[in-house]
Amino acid sequence: MSIFIDESTKVVYQGLTGSQGRYYGMLNRDYGTQVVAGTNPKKAGTDVGGVPVFATVADAVDATGANASCVFIPAAGVRSAVLEAAEGGVELIVVITEGVPMHDEAYFYNKLKADYPGVRLLGPNCPGLISPGKANIGITAGHIAKEGGPVGIVSRSGTLTYQALYELKQKDIGCTTCVGIGGDPVPGTSFIDCLAAFEDDPETEAVMMIGEIGGSAEEEAAEFIAANVSKPVVAYIAGLTAPPGKKMGHAGAIVSGGKGTAQAKMDALAAVGVHIGQSPSEAGDIMAEVVATL
Amino acid sequence: MDLFEYQGKQFFASYGMSVSPGEAVTTVADAVAAAERLGVPVMVKAQVHTGGRGKAGGVKFAADIDAVRTHAANILGLDIRGHIVENLWIEKASDIAEEYYASFTLDRSAKQHLGMLSAEGGVEIEAVAEDNPDAIATIWVDPVDGLTEDQCRQWVLSANLNPGVTDQTVELLLKLYEAYTRGDADLVEINPLIVTPEGRVHVLDAKVTLDGNAGFRHDLAPFDTTQPRDEREAAAHAKGLQYVGLEGSVGVIANGAGLAMSTVDVVNQAGGRPANFLDIGGGANADVMASALEVINNDPDVQSIFINIFGGITRGEEVANGIIEAMSRVDIASPIVIRLDGTNAVLGWHLLEPYLSDRLVILPTMLEAAREAVALAEGAAS
Repeated sequence: MSIFIDESTKVVYQGLTGSQGRYYGMLNRDYGTQVVAGTNPKKAGTDVGGVPVFATVADAVDATGANASCVFIPAAGVRSAVLEAAEGGVELIVVITEGVPMHDEAYFYNKLKADYPGVRLLGPNCPGLISPGKANIGITAGHIAKEGGPVGIVSRSGTLTYQALYELKQKDIGCTTCVGIGGDPVPGTSFIDCLAAFEDDPETEAVMMIGEIGGSAEEEAAEFIAANVSKPVVAYIAGLTAPPGKKMGHAGAIVSGGKGTAQAKMDALAAVGVHIGQSPSEAGDIMAEVVATL
Repeated sequence: MDLFEYQGKQFFASYGMSVSPGEAVTTVADAVAAAERLGVPVMVKAQVHTGGRGKAGGVKFAADIDAVRTHAANILGLDIRGHIVENLWIEKASDIAEEYYASFTLDRSAKQHLGMLSAEGGVEIEAVAEDNPDAIATIWVDPVDGLTEDQCRQWVLSANLNPGVTDQTVELLLKLYEAYTRGDADLVEINPLIVTPEGRVHVLDAKVTLDGNAGFRHDLAPFDTTQPRDEREAAAHAKGLQYVGLEGSVGVIANGAGLAMSTVDVVNQAGGRPANFLDIGGGANADVMASALEVINNDPDVQSIFINIFGGITRGEEVANGIIEAMSRVDIASPIVIRLDGTNAVLGWHLLEPYLSDRLVILPTMLEAAREAVALAEGAAS
């Protein structure tokens, strides 16, 4: 099994007619994802590579039965795109776009929580998610992931997510689902959401977690793991040598006032039995040992 | 985007909050002229993007014009936690009866806005939080519902301020919340928020951080006064690169913030010292790679360059073309070690093959590539 998506997931791409939307929409389709629709109010009735374009998500859902959306809309339009997708009736909204204002993220996160509690939001500013061999929604290069299991991956960082998938494939270890939750201040899906889903997924037997400096999401995940996760967890945290007070690219990645350091996060996770890798490669090696004992 | 105090006050004033009259100046003569226009006594305040100004001697009371001249001369050029003072804010002095604290920011754990209000202002709020957490009244605001007047009043009452200023404080905090949300701020902080002897609530300091991502809604250009800490950062930011200067000899170029951070870590792990953090971002093309190489190449401390790319949005052949283009544009002073994987990596390797030498090496893993880059940097240094 996989979490959040599988071979039956039907995806509408908001922004399919733009260059990024078209490129990744077609790559996702080539991978085997059911790319059933795109939206663009000005181009309804046209198609992109044979995929029909509708004016709204609601129209696309009515016509194609889409149950997930992938958002490639520029940052200024993301707030209304997310609300449109939720109103349109999809169950999963994956926002790839980076540079979304914090106040927009805080607004639509809470709006969905209150008015559309059944809808899962992933991102913004995330690479999406892939259940290798079943579906790939977003910008992950599908060929770097090995299908099957037994490992589930959850990551705050895009390229490190790919790194983790690749490390595991090199060691001939498969992945049930790999979820990139993104590095923004208000991620729609958290480490805890993914850990809970992996714990419930019978085919996932171990979890790889990739965090980075800033905030307290990893510390909160450690508390959750102690109370709720029986499966082995291997973690890598980026930014061990990041200087305090300097924002390392992601909006959320900053060590300030001695808080949010990689060491503190590693300590919190190690204290609840999580295996810690000092580099992505070492985390991969440790995961190989864990998988060998399953 | 951190605002100077005076910009923060202008920002607050644009949302109808009461701030003191003042003028921003850069010379002693202008400071004196401003004080003459405003009328003494005035405060002479250093404008820097850091706290602890008062302790460092960057905030002075001037009873007369001579004092303005003396203080302005002393404060201009002062080094406050590594920030050199280039701007002063000359402000009409206020009489203070009480000092409070008020702020709004995002609580990332709760995913709601967090307001903090305290009767113990004028000191570092972290110290209050440590010593007497009960002295801080907190409120969590749902971004969808916003802050209602009733909620705000309950919050103010729970902070045990002077009861005589409740109405004024409620009114001011509602405006502060509006400035925070409508103005797309990551942080708005007033410390101190004062009550004058006449019982008037007044903003005496302003700390505002605006969200650079909201530039499509606001004109942020006037606020963009962030001074790069060195020439390398200035050059990188001019080219739109995510660059942070460090102090080592291995130049780092990676795609994605996480991988760039990880690359810095791995260089340290291999016994070397990274010269920088540089994220060329998601859709990095040949131009971006060439710009990144130029910036690294201009850093005299760099002895080797480690390019670590994992293709997702970035495609391998684009990366390879960027490296090749940069080498044709610029005379690269240091040897380059490349680790390239992911989307179209093989295409990239083929493109680079004719250029491989002891000055341009491709290695399969991050750690091997880091070790090689460190060895090359050390070899060059010895």
